[in-house]
Amino acid sequence: MVWSWIPQNIGQILQLTLENAYLGVASALIGLGISVPLGIACVRWKLLYPPSLSITSAIYAIPSLALFVVLIPYTGLSDATVIIPLTLFSLCVLVPNVVDGLRSVPEPVRQAATAMGFGPLRRLARVELPVAIPVIIAGLRVATVSSISLASLGQLIGVSSLGYFFIDGLQRDFATEIFVGIAMVIVLALVADVALIVVRRLLTPWQRRHLPPAPPSVLTPASASREMAEVS
Amino acid sequence: MTFLRFAWAWLTSGQQWHGSDSIPLRVAQHLGYSGLSLLIAALIALPLGVAIGHSGRGAFLIVSLANIWRAIPTLGLLIMMVVYLGFSPLTWLIPLVALAIPPILVNAYEGVLGVDPDLTDAGRGMGMTGWQVLRRVEIPVAMPLIILGLRTGAIFVVATATIAAEIGTGGLGRFIIDGLASNQYDQVAGGAALVVALALLVQFAFVGVRRLAVPAGLRQAGRS
Repeated sequence: MVWSWIPQNIGQILQLTLENAYLGVASALIGLGISVPLGIACVRWKLLYPPSLSITSAIYAIPSLALFVVLIPYTGLSDATVIIPLTLFSLCVLVPNVVDGLRSVPEPVRQAATAMGFGPLRRLARVELPVAIPVIIAGLRVATVSSISLASLGQLIGVSSLGYFFIDGLQRDFATEIFVGIAMVIVLALVADVALIVVRRLLTPWQRRHLPPAPPSVLTPASASREMAEVS
Repeated sequence: MTFLRFAWAWLTSGQQWHGSDSIPLRVAQHLGYSGLSLLIAALIALPLGVAIGHSGRGAFLIVSLANIWRAIPTLGLLIMMVVYLGFSPLTWLIPLVALAIPPILVNAYEGVLGVDPDLTDAGRGMGMTGWQVLRRVEIPVAMPLIILGLRTGAIFVVATATIAAEIGTGGLGRFIIDGLASNQYDQVAGGAALVVALALLVQFAFVGVRRLAVPAGLRQAGRS
């Protein structure tokens, strides 16, 4: 380890870290923007879900380097050439989580919202999506961490990221540079992960108030409908 | 479709199909790296994951491993190996095995842990020993997740074997890395098309493996 290399190159380290962060976070957020409506559609129209799962998991199986070079004729060596594949990968994690999150909304909660006069759209925005947030954010954490790590591969096709330190370090046979690159990718991923945990806490204040959460068996649709039957 | 035109032109031009840098050789290398790494990773991770799931001990290790695993930049890991070890089979084998272990381990652990206690109790009630419960109840019931772990491991191994061309291995990544270095996009596109085809074929193979390895009763339950 040549420690003095770090302060000497601090400007470049920060610059590449920011670029890497941008590529990874943008991919995960665009992925979220696609998977929320897609997940809602999959819950609404059940036939849509199995093909969506097959397609996203097939895309996930394709190595990122191959997808990057497939896009080169269309998007050149721009950020989009890295962001589009990483976005597609993130769907494999995000879509199932959005669907599971929405399906985890207890039926009595849904019925209570309807009874309060919520239309389908308002119920979705005010009740179902908020209840699904913990599961959606769990998926977003996985997608963000993977995207940040994979974004470093963009350097193989010349898109600036922390991968620069790997390739430059290899050419110069200089381990310090490679270590710094690896460390910054991991630090960046952990920072993003912690940030998302904070976001989840801010968005779901009710989870903090009554711990532990009620056991799911209390709120299963089966017991709910039984109670309804007794009332009527 | 510019990409497909380039890929098709390169794949059908003939000279790629024989010689020391031929497509069949590169495919065989790629499958060799991936298969060997996945096999070693499975030999380490499956017994460990099943043991941890069965005993419930060491769960903390599993959770931390699963979290840090996705953050590790594979290219950085490969290049660090070259700088420290020089180039030998271990240079690519160690990172490939290391990257395939976490998904196999975590899924085997979760699969065994998630087996309904009623089932293991029933096994014991029928007079099975602890070992028999593990082998005849827990592992078969955990099989869907075990296969999922192997499949995820395979995705990682195939992808990382592609990138490993950057440190001088063979395999299909060679065509992409060399083509990028010499600005021959037809070769890059051809290599990428082969990588895509190989990755999808490996996934398809796992659908077959799943059909063979998962007990019929569970397949039925999985559909509902």
